Amino acid sequence: MNECSELLKKLCNLRAVTGRENMAAEKIAEVLRNYCDEVTIDPFFNVIGLKKGQSEPPGNVLVTAHYDEIGLIVTGIEDSGFLRFAAAGGVDPKAIGAMEVIVHGKKDLFGVIGAKPPHLISPEDKDKGIKMEEMRIDIGYDGEKAKELVSVGDMVSFVNPARELMNNRLAGKSMDNRSGVAALVELLKELKKLHHDDNVYVVATVQEELGLIGAICASYNIKADLGIVFDVCHGDMPDAPGDETFPLGKGVAVAVGPVLSKKHTRGIIKMAKDENIPYQVDPEPGDTGTEAAAHAIAREGIPTILLSIPAKYMHTTVEMVSTDDVTAAGRLAARYIAGRDKA
Amino acid sequence: MMEQLEILKKLTSLDGVSGDEGAVRDYIISLVRDHVDDYYVDNMGNLITYKKGSGSGLKVMLDAHMDEVGLMVTKINSDGLLKFQTIGGIESRVLVGKRVRVGEKGVPGVIGFKPIHLQSKNERSGAVDKKNLTIDIGAKDKEQAEGMVEIGDRVAFEYDPVEFGDNKLMAKALDDRVGCAVLIELLKHDYECDIYGCFTVQEEVGLKGAKTAAFQVNPDIAIVLEGTTCYDVPDTKEHSMSTICGKGPALTIMDRSVITDRELVTHIVKVAEKNGIPYQFKKTISGGTNAGRIQVSGTGVKVAVIAVPCRYIHTPVSVMDISDFENMLKLAKKVLESLPVSMTLYREQGGIENV
Repeated sequence: MNECSELLKKLCNLRAVTGRENMAAEKIAEVLRNYCDEVTIDPFFNVIGLKKGQSEPPGNVLVTAHYDEIGLIVTGIEDSGFLRFAAAGGVDPKAIGAMEVIVHGKKDLFGVIGAKPPHLISPEDKDKGIKMEEMRIDIGYDGEKAKELVSVGDMVSFVNPARELMNNRLAGKSMDNRSGVAALVELLKELKKLHHDDNVYVVATVQEELGLIGAICASYNIKADLGIVFDVCHGDMPDAPGDETFPLGKGVAVAVGPVLSKKHTRGIIKMAKDENIPYQVDPEPGDTGTEAAAHAIAREGIPTILLSIPAKYMHTTVEMVSTDDVTAAGRLAARYIAGRDKA
Repeated sequence: MMEQLEILKKLTSLDGVSGDEGAVRDYIISLVRDHVDDYYVDNMGNLITYKKGSGSGLKVMLDAHMDEVGLMVTKINSDGLLKFQTIGGIESRVLVGKRVRVGEKGVPGVIGFKPIHLQSKNERSGAVDKKNLTIDIGAKDKEQAEGMVEIGDRVAFEYDPVEFGDNKLMAKALDDRVGCAVLIELLKHDYECDIYGCFTVQEEVGLKGAKTAAFQVNPDIAIVLEGTTCYDVPDTKEHSMSTICGKGPALTIMDRSVITDRELVTHIVKVAEKNGIPYQFKKTISGGTNAGRIQVSGTGVKVAVIAVPCRYIHTPVSVMDISDFENMLKLAKKVLESLPVSMTLYREQGGIENV
């Protein structure tokens, strides 16, 4: 397994349900410390690494990738010990039947979201979609014990660990957006080999899935003159609109669209061509649904580039990426930061 | 008990989708060969073991099926994704986002799903259509995929067993590795009656293996050891729960395949009550078991079903209470020990006219 897959596997297996990133912040900081001059954790649990630039005074580049993951939140505990829940982030109820979970109660508790067996489903219910409020988590305890161990508001994460498939592809939970975090590390590794004038702030951000909260704080606190966002975009799959999905393994997707800096986007595409780094162009007519939307309007407005890693089956527990694309994203961003035209 | 539970866990971690039970069978043979007088594998793949009793020669067939529900690769698409069909009853909604192993090489794959962001309004609120699901092994195209898998390959869920909560076990294929684990243990002890321990194939595709096994054994009595439906979750009416997890092994009175033998079931109930072993009756008549096949074999067989309630059966995350497994072991053993003295066989009495 390549180094990037190894790291991404490790990152995906961390648990940081959106809004409860404190569960993983220190682990993320540990990873960044290997490559940064300073690493701090802000009150929101954004993890901020600084790699100092060599010019005086240096400019500031802000690179963010969110590390929160979608999950569930406990909304009730039945007398029978089963847990009710709601979505924390964009969870598809169709994608969580018969699923292993960890309930982050007084201690971490293994549980399963059950599913009615075919034998007991009536013909009229067969073709109906299942609603989240009809589902329960089974932690294997009776009501008394369940109420002792679990409180309403406790977060729940999915189990599916990352597994390696063909062609440097990994599938598992939280590729959205630990693959972006892995790209931060790839970026830092590449920067070590390069001379760069600017201070580079890499931030693993929180609560993206709840509305870019971490990015809003980060782009306010760090006065940057260039913003770069690593996130995922939809990977190719059958039965999905072809202009909104991108093949895996064909390079990082560089977004073009209104909220993105025309100058820097053109610049980074030129850099990709010059350096022979695989890329594809991702047309984003709206606000991109990523942290680029936050950076673009932070303070006076930060000119921002969005680099996306194609991920199949987004917001399921088998999100799939190619680590070739992760490496390409990190390398391309590093080259651009080191060689960019500041005029 | 630890040993039996470890055997059960190991059994569930092996793959044996219907028609491909070899790995499960080999493991079972390694465990039972020294405890039986004879064993062989028949044309269909059933493992039939024989253990001579010390008494009357009453022939008792014990059945547990080795196969599990799963999938089969039916087509390799040009983009390298694998089309599949289900083997046995699997709901489409439990397939999404699952880890699988494909073929004898166990090629890792996942079952993907269209992201919620890209679904139309109808797709969002509707049910999952099995026809739109594919297995993704990461292949770039058809040619690459063809190098790894073949059409007809069986696909099993890749879920390792987990003990959790209050004495619970989650695993795939508890239906019917739990029956296999009970039967393995039963074969380690001696009885008055002659025991034919049958580990059968292809139950999930229509009770196939039990038919040929029963033909060969030609038993007087058969006890089918199973994992059965259980849906004791909130908002379910008690009569629809089928069974309740942790309330003891379940006895079938009737299901879609069989009406069990009244005398035999009454005997089992008496044994349970005499020995203080908890039991329950299965309250739904859904599903079928090998008992339906065995009952009508030859001149007819007196049959009963003893089963461990399994929540979320036919999914990769079925859940049982370990105490139900323990009690099923106890009950089945006690029943076998007391059989020869209490059973009346019409055949021995000269046929139905004498009854």
